[in-house]
Amino acid sequence: MGRALLIFRLAARDLRRRPGQAALLLVAIASATTTLTLGLVLQGAGQKPYQSTRAATAGPDVVLGLAPQPGTTVDPADLRKLVSEPGVTASSGPFPYTEKVVTVGGFSVHAWLQGRDTNTAAVDRPALSAGQWTRPGGVVLEAGFAESIGAGVGDRIDIGGRRFTVSGIAVIAASGPYPKTGFSPIFYGDAKPPLPAPGGDPGPALGAPPPDGFYLGPAGLIWLTEADTRALAGPSTLAYLLNLKLADPAAAPAFAATHIFVTEQAVLAPATWQDLEVINGWVLRNKQFSLMLGSSLLVLVAVASIVVLVGGRMADQVHRVGLLKAVGATPALVAAVLLAEHLAIALAAGGVGLTAGRLLAPLLSDPGAGLLGRAGPPPFTMGTVAVVAAVALGIATLATFVPAIRAARINTIQALAGTVRPPRRNARLIALSARLPVALLLGLRIAARRPRRTWLGVFAVAVAITGIVASLSARANRLVEAAPGVDPRVAMTQGLLVISVMLAVQATVNAICVVWATTLDTRHAAALARALGATPGQVSAGLSAAQLLPALGGALLGVAGGLGLAQVLDDDALAVPPLWQLGAVVLGTALVIVVCTAMPARIGASRPAGEVLRAA
Amino acid sequence: MNAVLRTRDLRMTYGRGAGLVHALEGVDLEVAPGETVAVMGPSGCGKSTLLQLLGGLQRSSRGEVWVDGRRIDGLGERALARLRQGTIGFVFQAFHLLDELTAVENVELPALLAGRSPSVARRRAVQLLDRVGLTEQSGRLPAALSGGERQRVAIARALSNGPLIVLADEPTGNLDSASTADVLRLLDGLRSEGQTQVIVTHDARVAATADRLISMRDGVFVEETRLTHGTGGRLSQLAGLEG
Repeated sequence: MGRALLIFRLAARDLRRRPGQAALLLVAIASATTTLTLGLVLQGAGQKPYQSTRAATAGPDVVLGLAPQPGTTVDPADLRKLVSEPGVTASSGPFPYTEKVVTVGGFSVHAWLQGRDTNTAAVDRPALSAGQWTRPGGVVLEAGFAESIGAGVGDRIDIGGRRFTVSGIAVIAASGPYPKTGFSPIFYGDAKPPLPAPGGDPGPALGAPPPDGFYLGPAGLIWLTEADTRALAGPSTLAYLLNLKLADPAAAPAFAATHIFVTEQAVLAPATWQDLEVINGWVLRNKQFSLMLGSSLLVLVAVASIVVLVGGRMADQVHRVGLLKAVGATPALVAAVLLAEHLAIALAAGGVGLTAGRLLAPLLSDPGAGLLGRAGPPPFTMGTVAVVAAVALGIATLATFVPAIRAARINTIQALAGTVRPPRRNARLIALSARLPVALLLGLRIAARRPRRTWLGVFAVAVAITGIVASLSARANRLVEAAPGVDPRVAMTQGLLVISVMLAVQATVNAICVVWATTLDTRHAAALARALGATPGQVSAGLSAAQLLPALGGALLGVAGGLGLAQVLDDDALAVPPLWQLGAVVLGTALVIVVCTAMPARIGASRPAGEVLRAA
Repeated sequence: MNAVLRTRDLRMTYGRGAGLVHALEGVDLEVAPGETVAVMGPSGCGKSTLLQLLGGLQRSSRGEVWVDGRRIDGLGERALARLRQGTIGFVFQAFHLLDELTAVENVELPALLAGRSPSVARRRAVQLLDRVGLTEQSGRLPAALSGGERQRVAIARALSNGPLIVLADEPTGNLDSASTADVLRLLDGLRSEGQTQVIVTHDARVAATADRLISMRDGVFVEETRLTHGTGGRLSQLAGLEG
């Protein structure tokens, strides 16, 4: 008990003496735990709104679209036969549908037009969120589509040259969200496997060459009367849709697999509720995936920051460790004090991360207007709290363990004399630097004195920039395929923005840690350089160069790494972000490093050299 | 006298209130070109502070410091750095060699900082190491050198840019007797060559190498002795420099 109290007291006093360092550690770990909390909280959030919408609208288990090939027509009776298939318990349709360009709110956009005189049926009952159902000359817009193009009840809409009025807005579970709406001849993947791989874009995928008359790209969904739909459709672009309920909804993929066909006359493309759930949850699931990936990157940078910080503290505290040991502290006690300090900070950072993640989650969990309700952050489970706490403590333990053990093993006399960590020598760099201007000479030599710290700085910048560039690349990909209006896939990149901001914060914290540790470590060398004739400006510039050169190397590695990561993670072809964005990332890195370095370097260089040398 | 180094009413205080310490209290000093002045006194009497003020490593609280006819106590850091590059060489009690640099790399550093070409700096460093008798040790790191060898490297470094004045702070303070004798011979040799030196010490043997001895106590000069040939000779004998 007495020993624990002693450890607590020593740790608490040391934390009070160095609030700045404690704050840096807190920010470093908290940014990782915040992102991790967001990722965990959003896990599974994508399914809930779809399921509630499916329940509220009697969503079908299988949607079958029968579309004609160019120059042919299809008979809805062929679809109607499927109603009597074994396992089918209820149905609605066949409903006529076609596809047209519509103009509304200043946007010209493709839309699938479905003929429905009423929204009451045994299966698939679109739920009105505003206005009334279709009437002659009045159309209903799918809610996600309406929101994206900014259309509302009463707006005028031009469909295939005819003018209509928006009479209502409705939600549905029988199609993908805008702009992933689509019916036959679009296929929602193969019947085998029925579900796209997690994290990938599930569709619409093109299963067959598109017949003339149907546009297979991004589109919205509009309901009209059956008569209006038939009037707008050409002879070979009038298709039919059948919604089925099965006795066993889990058997929907098998049912779809046995009914899919492409012939010279027609295309029958089924979509199962499992496919539709995946498509409807795609945005949220991608947010969650990117947050989990981002938190992994943040953990890596946090570990690098803490290793630097702890190493710097060790260098700063070596005399104190020597004193503690000289008055009888055991090596285990010294290690325990260091561990206790960092574990306490880690626990606090875990709490900050859980709270911040909880507060931010609602901003990222909007499923879109096309589904009922919000995903809403689920209440914290003990599992979430345990995982976040474990990661926070793990980061602190991982980063502190080796320095703590090293501190415990320090020779007491060496510690008191402050001669524990002699700088490293790199003969090649020393020879090379002799040929450079004074600032670069000093910078290279400072960087070479602590190669492990320098590499940790390179690593942290490279990881942070990898995440940021991957986010930019993902956004560029979404912009390439962006549909008219507010494309939810582009809006999805707000999750990436959160990660980018966190990574930038983390990289800045790391830079501050490295600068702080380097400034402490080079106090004597910098003062000596001044005593030998270097100006304060040269010493400051040297300290900045010691951070800037490795950081620029890390930034370039990060750009390459980020593009590589984007290529690996995205099924689509790699979209390289605009050069100005990549340039801004590299220059921004340089700017952050210069700003972080300028102040401590200036302070270090302005302290009288004699004072420093006398203290050494 | 046309002094190369001069101070007038030089004062230095540290701290404030009850903790105020008067390290220097109105020091007046003049050093002629080629003269070696030794400042002796007990620990804490202000010797090292005086040396750092003379070299512009610290700023005085009051008073004037003139180097080579130029007042330096009001100069900016950049100007002071330029002054140290060409006019002043420092020798420290704790050597202050950079651990990761070899002897020759330590010696060439001031020349590189002054903008000399690497080849010129290296040539000069090699010559200086030869002069202090450390040619063989030029490629060694400080950790592989004895205390005396390290101080000789530090003296070579102080001479790297051919300074007008060498300021030495307890140059034998950390050395054993044999190493002390080596360093004393070197300092005596510099004096003979006309190198202006101000040496702060509490070691009478070091003082023996000087032309003038100033005693200091509690931040003020209390006694000044010009060491005549005879006195110098006796002190040199005492220091074991003769023969």
